[in-house]
Amino acid sequence: MPEITMRLPVPRKAVAPSAPRGGEKHLVAPGDTITTDTGYMRGHGTYVEEERLVASVAGAVERVNKLVCVKALNSRYNGEVGDVVVGRITEVQQKRWKVETNSRLDSVLLLSSVNLPGGELRRRSAEDELAMRDYLQEGDLISAEVQSVFSDGALSLHTRSLKYGKLGQGVLVQASPSLVKRQKTHFHDLPCGASVILGNNGFIWIYPTPEQKDEEAGGFTTNLEPVPLSDREVISRLRNCIVALVTQKLMLFDTSILYCYEASLPHQIKDILKPEVMEEIVLETRQKLLDLEG
Amino acid sequence: MASVVLSEAEKLYIVHGVQEDLRVDGRGCEDYRCAEVETDVVSNTSGSARVKLGHTDILVGVKAEMGTPKLEKPDEGYLEFFVDCSANATPEFEGRGGEELGTEIANTLYRVFSSESSIDLKSLCINPREHCWVLYVDVLLLECGGNLFDAISIAVKAALFNTRIPKVRVLEDEEGSKEIELSDDPYDCIRLNVDDVPCIVTLNKIGYRHAVDTTLQEEACSLASLLISVTSKGALTSMKKVGKGSLDPESIFEMMETGKRVGKSLHIALQKILDEEESLGTSRQKVGFLG
Repeated sequence: MPEITMRLPVPRKAVAPSAPRGGEKHLVAPGDTITTDTGYMRGHGTYVEEERLVASVAGAVERVNKLVCVKALNSRYNGEVGDVVVGRITEVQQKRWKVETNSRLDSVLLLSSVNLPGGELRRRSAEDELAMRDYLQEGDLISAEVQSVFSDGALSLHTRSLKYGKLGQGVLVQASPSLVKRQKTHFHDLPCGASVILGNNGFIWIYPTPEQKDEEAGGFTTNLEPVPLSDREVISRLRNCIVALVTQKLMLFDTSILYCYEASLPHQIKDILKPEVMEEIVLETRQKLLDLEG
Repeated sequence: MASVVLSEAEKLYIVHGVQEDLRVDGRGCEDYRCAEVETDVVSNTSGSARVKLGHTDILVGVKAEMGTPKLEKPDEGYLEFFVDCSANATPEFEGRGGEELGTEIANTLYRVFSSESSIDLKSLCINPREHCWVLYVDVLLLECGGNLFDAISIAVKAALFNTRIPKVRVLEDEEGSKEIELSDDPYDCIRLNVDDVPCIVTLNKIGYRHAVDTTLQEEACSLASLLISVTSKGALTSMKKVGKGSLDPESIFEMMETGKRVGKSLHIALQKILDEEESLGTSRQKVGFLG
C-alpha cells in the first residue's frame, strides 16, 4: 500500500543551544555593533561606522589579540590550501577542467594536476589534451585537494594521490561548509558498512566501501556493477541521518554521523526525515556527544 | 524545468535503486515525501493554500469575481488558471524563462478540470446568460524540488476547498432591470464541493520500473513519464505523456493501475488533513511564511 502522510505545518522552534564549553560565543547579525573601542583592527566581516565596529555578516565574533573578525555561519566555501573537497565538473576547457565546489568562483583542475592512467610520469601532450573528456566529463564528481589559491580567490585543485580522483556510484549530500568539522582525515570507512568523504566545501559523498583496497585507484575505471541491497540500505540511512544533522545544524564529523546512525536504527529509513523523528534522533546524538566529552 | 546535472555513476545508482524498490532517501516506489499543507495563508483572496512537498513549495490563491458566462455554457461559471514560475525557484525562471513551463502547467490544469463532473460549475451561476462567478486560480511556484504537477494539483484542491464565495441575491425591479445584492454578513458564503476534484499523479519511468513523487535527481534519470489525473473514487479523468523517451503499452497499463491506487490514497490523506484543519477553526495557529 502506498504510504502518503500529510501534516499541518508547525512553527519552527529555536534550536536550544547545548552547554557552552570554553566560553560563550558572541553571535552577531549584520548591522550589530561589535565594540565601540577604537583600539581594534578590523578583520573580515566587519566595517567601521561612526567610530564603532559593525558586523557585516551573520556569525560569531573571533578575536585574536587586536584583530577582530566575524566568521560567517552560512556562506560560500572559502578554500584553504590542503582542504579536501568534493566537486562537480562544469566545463572541459583546454588543458583544464572547471569544477563547481560551492565557492564564489569555479575551481580549476589543471591537466597537469591529475594522474595519468598507469601512473606514468611524463609531460602532457596534445593527445592527453584530446583525451581529457574520456576521463572527466561535465557532471562527473571528483574528490580533490586544494593545491593553491589564485589571487582572485579561485581554487586550484589536484588529484595527485591514489585516494583522490573520479567518484563512482554513491549519493551526494549538500550542506553548508561551516558544518563540516576540520579533522585530520576526511575519508572515513564507517563500521556500519559504507564509506563517507566529508568535503570541506560542504559536499558529502556516501559510497559503498570498495572490497579490494589495492585496485588501480584514481578513478579511471568506474565500477558499474549494481550495489547490493544491504549496502543500499546503509547508504540511504546514512544519507537521511546526515540530512537530519544538517537540518538541525549539528557539526558533521565521523563520530556524530555514527552516533546519529545508531540512534536511527529503531526507525524505518524513510521515517527519519519526518520532523518529530528527526528531532528525537538528533537530540539523542547530541546527548551522546556531550557524554563523550564530559 | 529546473534540472540538476548528475554523473553517469550517480544515475546508475538511482536507476538500480528504483528497480530494487529502495530509493536514495529510503522510500519505496509508491511512497510520497512528507507533505505540509496549510490553507488560508493569503488574506486578500477568496481561498488559498500552500503545499510543501520536500523541496517543492507551491502557493495557490483563488479569487472569485463576477463575470459573464461563456456563450456555449450560459448557465455555468468557469475557472481560469494562471501559473507563475517565480525566479525564486531557480535562476532559469528569471524574466521570461519560466513562461513555457507556466503555460504547460496551466494547459494541463485546464485539461484536468475540463471534465464536467470535477467541479459543479452550475453552482457558480448567478443569472443565466448574464452573471456568473469566475474563479481565477493563480499558482505561484516558490521552489522547485521535483514533482511539480502533483504538488500543484494538491494545492489547487486545497485552495478550492478553502474558497468562500459570498452569497448574492438577484433583485428585480418593476422596470425589469436586475440588481445584485451582497449579503451583509461577511461569513455568509457558499463553499465548493471538492469531492470530485481530481489530483494529478506523475509516474516517472526509471529503468524498468516507475516511481511516484520523484526528486529532481530522479527526474534527471527518467526519460518518460505519465501524468494522470485521478478522482477520490479512483476514476481517471485525463492522461498525458511527457518526456523524450517511449513507453510500452503494457507499462502504460501498469502505470495507470499504480496511479489509480496512489491517487486514492492521496485523496484520503489530503481530505483528512483538510478536515483536521477545518475542525481546529479559529484556534489554529497560522504559520504562514514567517513561522
